[in-house]
Amino acid sequence: MRHIVSILLENQNGALSRVVGLFSQRGYNIETISAGPTEDNSISRITIVTNSDGVEIEHITKQIHKLINVIKVSILDENEDGAVEREILFVKVQAMTRPIRDELKSLCDIFHAEIVDVTPELYVLQYVNTSAEIDRFLQVITQQADVLETVRSGVCGIARGEHALHI
Amino acid sequence: MTMLSGAQMLVRTLEDLGVKHLFGYPGGAVLDIFDALLQSQQIERIICRHEQGAAHMADGYARATGKVGCCLVTSGPGATNTVTAIATAYMDSIPMVVITGQVGTPLIGSDAFQEVDTVGITRPIVKHSYLCQSALDIPKYIREAFYLAASGRPGPVVVDVPKDCVNPKKLFEYEPQQEPVRMRSYNPTRLGHRGQVRRAAKMLAEAKRPVMLIGGGVVLGNASPKIRALAEKFDLPVTSTLMGLGAFPGTDRHFLGMLGMHGTYEANEAMDKSDLIFAVGVRFDDRITNTVSKFCPTAKIIHIDVDPASISKTVMADLPIVGDADAVLGQFFDAIEEQQLERNGEALDSWWEQIEKWRALKCLAYKTNDELIKPQQIIEAVYEATHGDAIIATDVGQHQMFAALFYKFNEPRRFLTSGGLGTMGYGFPAAIGAKIACPNQCVCLFTGDGSFQMNIQELSTCLEFNVPVKIFILDNHTLGMVRQWQTMFYGGRISSTNLNYNPDFVAVAKAYGHEGIFVQKPSELKEAVQKALAIKDKLVVVDILCDTNEKVLPMQQFGGAMGDMFLAQ
Repeated sequence: MRHIVSILLENQNGALSRVVGLFSQRGYNIETISAGPTEDNSISRITIVTNSDGVEIEHITKQIHKLINVIKVSILDENEDGAVEREILFVKVQAMTRPIRDELKSLCDIFHAEIVDVTPELYVLQYVNTSAEIDRFLQVITQQADVLETVRSGVCGIARGEHALHI
Repeated sequence: MTMLSGAQMLVRTLEDLGVKHLFGYPGGAVLDIFDALLQSQQIERIICRHEQGAAHMADGYARATGKVGCCLVTSGPGATNTVTAIATAYMDSIPMVVITGQVGTPLIGSDAFQEVDTVGITRPIVKHSYLCQSALDIPKYIREAFYLAASGRPGPVVVDVPKDCVNPKKLFEYEPQQEPVRMRSYNPTRLGHRGQVRRAAKMLAEAKRPVMLIGGGVVLGNASPKIRALAEKFDLPVTSTLMGLGAFPGTDRHFLGMLGMHGTYEANEAMDKSDLIFAVGVRFDDRITNTVSKFCPTAKIIHIDVDPASISKTVMADLPIVGDADAVLGQFFDAIEEQQLERNGEALDSWWEQIEKWRALKCLAYKTNDELIKPQQIIEAVYEATHGDAIIATDVGQHQMFAALFYKFNEPRRFLTSGGLGTMGYGFPAAIGAKIACPNQCVCLFTGDGSFQMNIQELSTCLEFNVPVKIFILDNHTLGMVRQWQTMFYGGRISSTNLNYNPDFVAVAKAYGHEGIFVQKPSELKEAVQKALAIKDKLVVVDILCDTNEKVLPMQQFGGAMGDMFLAQ
């Protein structure tokens, strides 16, 4: 089962590598990972999407929590009120002819995606949504144009409702 | 305000933390630290012959005393040589701080001479690690390292110190820290959940076929007195993992012996037929559970451990309690009094009756003869001659299992052995560390002719620092445990396990300036052991030729339940 693990940890040297190392060491998989600072400079937040069964996810959170730098761990999808998750996608496509450029533009309108860079031959499209929606968007784009490059940010998520991950 | 260099701050911090013995080996990156150590009145340096030895010595020191063991080595190969020892300590949760030199910060990442990414290499085998960025980090990180190593579930901590951080020319204001270390991201649980403890106490009192299972956590948590009292209170059968030996008296009638792969028949059968397992400070590793799906089918499991990640990791706990073993057991006595719980009379009478039947099988019985010494005889001879009071270190293999089964430990911290990692070469340096920590106690090493050669160079350390440990080599000219498996499970094909090119261990001992005794005849064994122990002020190597074909039995059958064991030969 897919889970979104949110981790608050001390913003220290090597803290991220400890988390990543733990996943490989214990044989847990990482589907996506994203990391960044929080409103408090001394704390970073990592979001990891992993696939595991029910027992394993409990082991994973316990093991992560055991890392000395880790302050809090939460499984976002286990939150009662659910969670909001987004990922950002950039896709660079060949857009040399008028019909293709028109088609791409209208697809972007339908999906609420944006065209963020334009050259005579290329478009860069930006799309923010859930991982599943991004997969769908990418599938449609691939059918319409030649994709040169894609990049995804990894999932970033937050619990809905009152639950807040802070110290 | 005192002005100190990074190196001086390092030494001062160790002094403030009460460090009296520092195991180590010098080298380029730690020259300044060793220079500063010359000024220390408090810290004695024990210089090993190989860094693995230094780190195992710190480990043995920690196991024997409960204090944090500390070692100091240089960068690069100095650090990598400690890796096996760090992993050994990690697997057995031993409090240890390893200080490693590192190339100067401007050189880090440049593949400089004797540079390795020590923090990176050791990351999966440490409780935590630090890389100092400046001299001012040193006192803070070392204090945190000692705190982390000893608290919660103990473990090794690495502090990597780049050379420029210990530059003797750069001085900083040093203020001794009195405040205890506090870390917002680290708060180990001490007390157990009260409701859970109450429920567990009731379950324990009402169980018809209870077994108390203790492990290394009882030793590490200094919970032996309470374990003994609790077993006494409810008249519980007690079994122990390899790491827990000594936490409950080996000579007490409640004690069933060690359980698991090479455990006793009565311990494994009792586990298998039990209706309640009261597990304290264990982690249900594969050497005790046999086949997890067949593990103790009729038992409910109460699992007490300070590390929540150890609970329900392999065996699901029916009632988990997270907390420090000693503190939680203290809560148990409150709960017992509160609920006025008593021994489960009739049920326990018939349970004990059953256990005595298993015990009557005498699964550890072995045959002796006039020709060849049996390895079991050696352990028993040393047990008798030391009145069961020695600190015993072992290496890994058959001799380790024989020591665990035949030396009855009545006190914790007397049995030093690499349980989790199974490190050959661990025993000798660990014995040295223990002897340095406890100079007035008799420290013996049981080793094999294979294991001993993995850290034999420390004989030189023992001469330099006058460490009169007694070494008993169970010399069977083979890697006994591997040979046993080849004999039992590989059609008797002996592949690469013969040791036919051993040195003359007595001559080796003498070459290093020690005493050596060779024994071959069963009739000479006791006398030789007594003679070795009588030489108080010298290290003695007793090379004892013993039966190559002896097997460690009983032994659990693969794929079976706890009680499915190979018994007689």
